[in-house]
Amino acid sequence: MTQDLLVHVAFMMGSIAFMMGLATVFTWVERKQSAITSDRIGANRCYVRIPFTKIKFVAWGLFHGVADGGKLLLKENFIPNTYDRACYNLAPWLVLAPVLFVFAVIPFGGTLTVGESSYAMQIAPIDAGVLFVLAISGVGILGTMLAGWSSNNKFSLMGAARAASQMISYELTMGVTIISMVITYGALDLNTMVQWQSGLLAGAVPAWGILIQPVAFICFMTAGIAENKRIPFDLPECESELVAGYFTEYTGMKMGVFMLSEFIEIVVLGALITTIFLGGYNLPYLTDAGFIFPGGYTWALPQWSVVMMQVATFGLKTFLVGCFMIQVRWTLPRFRYDQLMAFGWKFMLPLAVLNLVVTVCVRLLVGDHA
Amino acid sequence: MKKRYWNQPKMGLWERVYFIEIARGLGITFGVFFSNMWKWITFRKGALTAYYPEEIRSDYSPNNRGRHVLTLRPNGEAQCISCNMCATACPAYCIEIESAANFADTAHPKSPKRFEIDYSRCIFCGFCVEACPEDAIRMVKDVPDLPSFDRREMGGKIDLLKMWRPTSDPRKQYPAPKVESERTQP
Repeated sequence: MTQDLLVHVAFMMGSIAFMMGLATVFTWVERKQSAITSDRIGANRCYVRIPFTKIKFVAWGLFHGVADGGKLLLKENFIPNTYDRACYNLAPWLVLAPVLFVFAVIPFGGTLTVGESSYAMQIAPIDAGVLFVLAISGVGILGTMLAGWSSNNKFSLMGAARAASQMISYELTMGVTIISMVITYGALDLNTMVQWQSGLLAGAVPAWGILIQPVAFICFMTAGIAENKRIPFDLPECESELVAGYFTEYTGMKMGVFMLSEFIEIVVLGALITTIFLGGYNLPYLTDAGFIFPGGYTWALPQWSVVMMQVATFGLKTFLVGCFMIQVRWTLPRFRYDQLMAFGWKFMLPLAVLNLVVTVCVRLLVGDHA
Repeated sequence: MKKRYWNQPKMGLWERVYFIEIARGLGITFGVFFSNMWKWITFRKGALTAYYPEEIRSDYSPNNRGRHVLTLRPNGEAQCISCNMCATACPAYCIEIESAANFADTAHPKSPKRFEIDYSRCIFCGFCVEACPEDAIRMVKDVPDLPSFDRREMGGKIDLLKMWRPTSDPRKQYPAPKVESERTQP
């Protein structure tokens, strides 16, 4: 009993630390990757000095995130003269909490065996995990709308209106895409999806969702970036038109919570894409017993090392997906509003529905063993 | 109704499909990223920008009006006769000269004891160079090491201004001083 509690608390702490830590790293990645892509050096002035010495650790500018956090904490907490103080204060947390919740159903490792009992490495092994993801991530819109509405500012209100319409439009695409993946895997549970992907196609290629459903992958990635309000879909907060969009009136750490939740959303979206399309924690040819290569060569490994490799694989895949999303940001310019809507309703949604129809047909023809 | 423009871009099939063009754009940015990253991890500089102020850029134009220099006579003394014409011409009033007299040297009895340019005020207009009757002050292409936490440290002292030893400049011939070996290039 005590052991169960300890393991589950460790899972929760580890997950939150993973999300927060990776989100902080992504603030650094965003700076540095954009700098290197555009032939610049990037942020490199912040350092940690050992006291009483002149030894400085610059660490390629990694400490800039720490400095930003400290700055945000020490800033004045400016509160606008709003008529809805409660909603104004509630909004940042309503944006942050759902993002953190979504990670609860994502499996970040295989089965951990401690002593006699074994644990699925997942905070909440819910059967309808995918529905949980869709339901909770839909709540995030509420926080955005509340922030815009209660700020008593026209820019905020316009940002919130844009955010609401955009997120609802792209949620539809995301849902339809997820349905096609559910039909492919025949399961609503994310852990079952990952186990489905641990097999091999034609005995050599890992059966990852991206290889089976490439169109769904593109649709999901696009819809995910739109949900995350990142460039090229950053109309809710576009700096050139609305000062900072729905969080114009927020200062200090409240604004920091909005920023942080945005970066955590990159992590969560990366984890979701990893889970649904990139084989989750599966390393190719790695099973619970060790490596089994297609040529018949096997390499047995102890269980703990397999679990560690699975968790590391999951983290690395999430990181790489996040880096890809950041590169998308530094490649594409922002959509115009009508382009955004046209793209969402006239292109993404029909594409996702078409993909769903094709998936259903293939599924009917092929049967259970796709 | 949607407005039509005379220069409306005509999109081909590839552009209309849109995802393929995005993939091409991503290919370009990823290409730049990886080529720069490869330079960084092989200990080369993968950026066009410079570390300022640690790094001195090598690509200043030869015509750039940068740091002031005082030209020297072959004996190593400044060619300046401290006539104050540069300080008079200066629109920013940032040149300050204190004269010293040496009546033994009959050709040049006046020389600057103190010649200071306040770089926190200088606007790099080059009027002092034009005003000088003796070609005693010039501007070289590299910029002074301006950034400082204290504005009192931003003055160009005579030591700095006299540190110019051109060896070959076809446009501006300059008699190389004889005591060159003792001094070092800045």
